[in-house]
Amino acid sequence: MTKTTIDLPPKGGFSFDLCRRNAFLESQGTKMPKFRKTGTTIVGLIFKDGVILGADTRATEGEIVCDKNCEKIHYLAPNISCCGAGTAADTENVTDMVSSQLELHRYATGRDSRVVTALTMLKSHLFGYQGAVSAALVLGGVDVTGPHLHAVYPHGSTDTLPFATMGSGSLAAMAMFESRFKEGMTREEGIEVVCAAICAGIFNDLGSGSNVDLCVITKGGKEYLRNYQQPNPRSYTHSKGYHFTSGHTAILSSKIRALRNQVRVVEGDAMEEE
Amino acid sequence: MDAPHSMGTTIIGMEYAEGVILGADSRTTTGLYVANRASDKITQLTDNVYVCRSGSAADSQVVSDYVRYFLNQHTIQIGKAASVKTAATLVRELSYQNKSFLETGLIVAGWDTHEGGSVYGVPLGGTMLRLPFATGGSGCSYLYGFLDQAWQPNMSREDAEKLVVKAIALAIARDGASGGVVRTINVNAYGVERNFYAGDQLPLFYDELAPRPTLIHF
Repeated sequence: MTKTTIDLPPKGGFSFDLCRRNAFLESQGTKMPKFRKTGTTIVGLIFKDGVILGADTRATEGEIVCDKNCEKIHYLAPNISCCGAGTAADTENVTDMVSSQLELHRYATGRDSRVVTALTMLKSHLFGYQGAVSAALVLGGVDVTGPHLHAVYPHGSTDTLPFATMGSGSLAAMAMFESRFKEGMTREEGIEVVCAAICAGIFNDLGSGSNVDLCVITKGGKEYLRNYQQPNPRSYTHSKGYHFTSGHTAILSSKIRALRNQVRVVEGDAMEEE
Repeated sequence: MDAPHSMGTTIIGMEYAEGVILGADSRTTTGLYVANRASDKITQLTDNVYVCRSGSAADSQVVSDYVRYFLNQHTIQIGKAASVKTAATLVRELSYQNKSFLETGLIVAGWDTHEGGSVYGVPLGGTMLRLPFATGGSGCSYLYGFLDQAWQPNMSREDAEKLVVKAIALAIARDGASGGVVRTINVNAYGVERNFYAGDQLPLFYDELAPRPTLIHF
């Protein structure tokens, strides 16, 4: 009787074939890549008309700064934003996931999202993973019930506060908040205090650096101020920066090719336009 | 900074003549850093039942959320207020059945028509014990002797409240993981009343200095 092999369709789900290989390589001394973390200083405070969120923009992989200008203030809803500290992948994905859930919830209920809804979704997800999802978040927004600010921890606990700081630079930022925070500040005062707190983290914490991002949320809307302050400009040897006049590099040969009309349909139908 | 969020804590539940008083400090720590110096560790379960939380912040928040949800359904089903014993039993069930995953000590207290004021301690492991007064958290070690001597049955509201505040102030003085302000809740037949005692309103004991206004001005 001949042995026949049957081609089974792939089972679907995850394939863990490479895990054994990775474990073997590690045992042989190969260094595994470190997680990309956002060392981070993130803050939030409640002012007269709403909530101000602030964040630095440095992302680190071990001791190396892998992104000098990353975005740590994530979108959750038109009236809610979330700063993320911890493992970048975890903060990015958990906020994306809750943002999608909130949108579906808005369609189902026909109402604007509330901050406590986002809070409950985040805390139940994080608690379920028992701290394995390393996301520490400052969640803020304005909904029908007013302005809200919450700190969310990786194990799933939450704090509701008038001002909050998280991340490796949180102690430096909290020092600024504890001395300068007042209830019912104006927008300008609030922004000043938030910038002072983030700068304290940028200059005193090695895991935080580069620029200050802000997000001001009020009943009227959300204002994302990307790179509101840039206290670490790039320095060049010459004041004009790098400048290369043409003729600096010798051209040995040149060939110019048009990139359009390179695709020829050999067989089958051309892909439909719409 | 990466240590789990925990409430070092001192929590107290105490019966008095007309009802119960619940008291707690307000310090939440992540390792050696005070993550929240003004937490509210006394959480509402129903109109007439409250719970003091200690241990892991996440675990205690999740357990109280589940019990609040179950009690809400239960109240709809029976058509009247839930009893304190029922609330405590639900807390005990969750704590006991999940004992290997949870690290939280809770004190359930409130007022109902069957028993009047009652206090139930539900420590780590999921025992449930009805007591005239219960303490919990890292600061409770310093209160056993004090409360054994100072607690009397059928105290007045003022005396009971003063006793709770004094006890928590004593624990705060000796326990590094407790601090901040003292929050109390008084539950009796007439309703619920919240109180708040800032640092400068607490009694001072041996070797403690009076708080002074800040020297920092901007």
